Amino acid sequence: MTAVLEKPTQKLAPKEPRQWKGAAVFVAVAVVALVVMPLVLEPFRLGLLAKYLCYAIVALGIGLAWGQGGMLTLGQGVFFGLGGYAMGMYLKLNDAGGDLPDFMVWSGVEELPALWAPFGNPVFALAMVVVVPLVVAVALGTLVFRQRVRGAYFAILTQALAAALVILLIGQQGLTGGTNGLTNFFDFFGNDVAAESTQRGLYLTVAIVLGVLYLGAWQLVRSRFGRLLLAVRDGEDRVRFLGYNPATVKTITFAISAVMAGIAGALFVPVVGIISPALLGVVPSLELVVAVAVGGRFALAGAVLGAVVMGYAKTYFSEELPDAWLYLQGALFILVMTLAPKGIVGVAAALRDRVRKEASA
Amino acid sequence: MVLATALAACGGDPATTEGTASGGGGDTIKVGLLHSLSGTMAISEVTVRDAELLAIEEINKAGGVLGKQLEPVVEDGASDWPTFAEKATKLIAQDKVATVFGGWTSASRKAMLPVFEQRKALLWYPVQYEGLESSPYIFYTGATTNQQIIPGLDYLKEQGKKKLFLVGSDYVFPRTANKIIKAYAAANGMEILGEEYTPLGHTEYSTLTNKVVQAKPDAVFNTLNGDSNVAFFKQLKSAGVTAESMPVLSVSVAEEEVTGIGVDNIVGHPVAWNYYQTTETPANAKFVEAFKAKYGAAKVTSDPMEAGYNAVYLWAEAVKKAGSVEVEAVKKAAGGIALERPEGLVTIDGETQHMYKTARIGIIQPDGLIKEVWNSGEPIKPDPYLKTYPWAGGLAS
Amino acid sequence: MEGFLNQLPIGLSIGAVLLLIALGLTFTFGQMGVINMAHGEFIMAGAYTAFLLQDWAGRSAVLVALPVAFVVAGLMGLLLERAAIRHFYGRPLDTLLLTWGVSLVLQQLARDLFGAPNVQVLSPTWLQGAIGPMPYNRLFILVLAVGSVVAIWLYMSRSAQGRRMQAVMQNRQLAATSGINTGRVDQRTFFIGSGLAGIAGVALTLIGPVGPTLGTYYIVDAFLVVVAGGLGQLRGAVIAAAALGLLNSYAEFWTNASLAKVIVFAVIVAFLQFRPQGLFVLRSRALT
Repeated sequence: MTAVLEKPTQKLAPKEPRQWKGAAVFVAVAVVALVVMPLVLEPFRLGLLAKYLCYAIVALGIGLAWGQGGMLTLGQGVFFGLGGYAMGMYLKLNDAGGDLPDFMVWSGVEELPALWAPFGNPVFALAMVVVVPLVVAVALGTLVFRQRVRGAYFAILTQALAAALVILLIGQQGLTGGTNGLTNFFDFFGNDVAAESTQRGLYLTVAIVLGVLYLGAWQLVRSRFGRLLLAVRDGEDRVRFLGYNPATVKTITFAISAVMAGIAGALFVPVVGIISPALLGVVPSLELVVAVAVGGRFALAGAVLGAVVMGYAKTYFSEELPDAWLYLQGALFILVMTLAPKGIVGVAAALRDRVRKEASA
Repeated sequence: MVLATALAACGGDPATTEGTASGGGGDTIKVGLLHSLSGTMAISEVTVRDAELLAIEEINKAGGVLGKQLEPVVEDGASDWPTFAEKATKLIAQDKVATVFGGWTSASRKAMLPVFEQRKALLWYPVQYEGLESSPYIFYTGATTNQQIIPGLDYLKEQGKKKLFLVGSDYVFPRTANKIIKAYAAANGMEILGEEYTPLGHTEYSTLTNKVVQAKPDAVFNTLNGDSNVAFFKQLKSAGVTAESMPVLSVSVAEEEVTGIGVDNIVGHPVAWNYYQTTETPANAKFVEAFKAKYGAAKVTSDPMEAGYNAVYLWAEAVKKAGSVEVEAVKKAAGGIALERPEGLVTIDGETQHMYKTARIGIIQPDGLIKEVWNSGEPIKPDPYLKTYPWAGGLAS
Repeated sequence: MEGFLNQLPIGLSIGAVLLLIALGLTFTFGQMGVINMAHGEFIMAGAYTAFLLQDWAGRSAVLVALPVAFVVAGLMGLLLERAAIRHFYGRPLDTLLLTWGVSLVLQQLARDLFGAPNVQVLSPTWLQGAIGPMPYNRLFILVLAVGSVVAIWLYMSRSAQGRRMQAVMQNRQLAATSGINTGRVDQRTFFIGSGLAGIAGVALTLIGPVGPTLGTYYIVDAFLVVVAGGLGQLRGAVIAAAALGLLNSYAEFWTNASLAKVIVFAVIVAFLQFRPQGLFVLRSRALT
């Protein structure tokens, strides 16, 4: 079955001398994100940017799992949702102040379900943001990778997982708020969640978390483990023959990407003010994968860039040309996949090489 | 009340980051229209927007409001609840619209509600819904449960249908509706033989049909939404169920959906609404004619479209009465406004911000239109929490 | 008890629907490793073909539409293969994103051509009625599914073209070195696989909605059948579809529609623990 083989597509060794350049770019981007953006953007637009950055965190995880590890996960929405619901449950209980959350009242739930009770504790809730995605990802990864389920099988399985979770969440209305999800939050750790200052603070938090996770992921990719991950992507059996267990490498990476999605989901809830099954189904999960592809899946920066660019594109086109959005989105995927499989980053690199070649010629 | 406790829990004042939306500054008054123009809900919502645009056009032709023309700002909710909240924020904060007409699903309304409450802006929501809500910043121009579900049950009871089977899509409206139906049944000597929910977009109804047929109910109360209705009625018909043997009363199937389902498959079954294209009022003759003239003779009009069309007129009337588009003034002026609309007399109940509406039961005709066979005689006072129904005690606690 | 017994034929008829929607995928996915997310939209194209033919074929449009839809959807598939997918061999996961883009465009195209609301496709009068719990139109779908499987089996095992297809499926390089024009075989596979989606679309007009989002309702289920059955495995797809149909039927009978879907998914995940490559596996010494 040669068809299921992903061809190696990236030069293995990162170029060391370019590192300081990378660091300079990172610092420049950080300054723009943390200082310039809050000054120039209206509060409403800053809120949107915070949302895109939440998606960028998920994208970073996808970049790691797919771009570096070759695991095409179409179910990152699952982990995003688990993190988001953990946060949403805490906020809901906090707002209710000892009473039942509003949706339980109209769903006819009489007393707080046992599943909810511990989420009244913020420390527990925040821990669950990380723990639940981690446990689910490790369990799924162990089961699936040990059996050498990979490639398209893995993609379809994760996609079905997203579909199943959506159905489950919708079906348990008294527990989860059903299709409506959890919304109408007021208080976020002592701040009015809708206030401009809170939203600005949230934006900065999201940006910093993204930066930290990015650095962490970057370190990981550069490490021995990162090399091993690339090797697994490009020749899993060969890695096994060398005495490594590819399943472990993949499970760890998958779990890291899941935790990133969980954190993103938790940050998303106060930023946007809602978490609902529609946010974690098949389509939003796929949209993020596409964003990563558009940005450039083989570079972590590409994943982040792609999420922000696609987020802006979606908002812009749905405001200016709502009817044309689907065409544009579809056409964009087709063009990127056929003409620029390495995404924006790949195109930029090709252009740079060309300019250099011309300069030296 | 839930809302009050939640507000209290919040402590301080909700922030009004952009100040109160005024929208009356220039030569025109901006109003927002926020419906799904893409995605699964576009099927239903695009026509509501069309009806609202028609109302705006008519009002502008008649001289506008307070001497100014209305300027619609259209946004796409994309069948995605967070997008509704995002676009509502944009309309209020950036476009500074005087009011917003929008939403369809309960989920979209619930997602927008905090935005309107926190920013003290006004939303007009045009679709029948599950009740148990009365936001001070929303006007509900569709029916609440005592203007649709309960009249539907009254009708079935009158027809001698004692045993019911409940079928619904899995979300808040069907679940709440069925809770009310069960309470009503218990108080009225009716029996509920089964209660089934399917995911939104579900299309495989053979098992469910088998369950319904085996239970042998006198009638089915159907709260399925969207495309599922097509699959349900097609598969019910092929299992040999007819309107005579087992009528299926639907509350989310209007004129527009009939074609997609196939008239064949649904002819003779009853539906419950407040308005049909065939409703005989002078205002309706005008509405249907104007709508067909603007959008094509093949188009039909339906209840939610009419409710959206009404919403614009009711708001305009409240603005005229208030002499301003300022939200609090409009809210104060709105109570008691009564207009002859296509569905008959509509009066705004100032207390709940719902409408007095006449309930109408119709039967689907072979031409795809709906003929009224029963109505409540007079507009019913809206009662979103069913406080005036003793049997409903405890439902809205 | 009667209800319980009725679920048996109902389960088989659900299986027949699953088989029809998945049959084409088994080949495009199995032979070429292409994850065609636009398969659902080819199904939709088949359904709209029946709708369009209604104008002159009236109520029997469903019958006339079967061959026409096969060709229409097949040509769409061929076009997709020629224009884009052939550049993607060796990058199967990329085809997923590519074809998803195609599916979005096709959905919007359908919305612009036929309008957002569902359209009406009337089923033939001779398909109204039922034997016991089995409506004639369900029976029709069952017969159609069985007929398609038999036709495919005959084609694969009896014709020279079919045997070439099998050869490419088993070992592409070896087939190529034996002088088989693999590109030509791929085109044919894609034509047939997509054409089968068109046939499924016609059949679905009997029982479901016909609208721009039609394909999205079936695509995930179709992939699950293929994964459970094994890539490119005709008998795998047949058994998987029947088993999943029955499972769905009884799970829904005892619980509800939402839980049934979750149960089916859980069973598939558990099953893949024992058979990571589905029911039947093509034996191959190739190292992945």
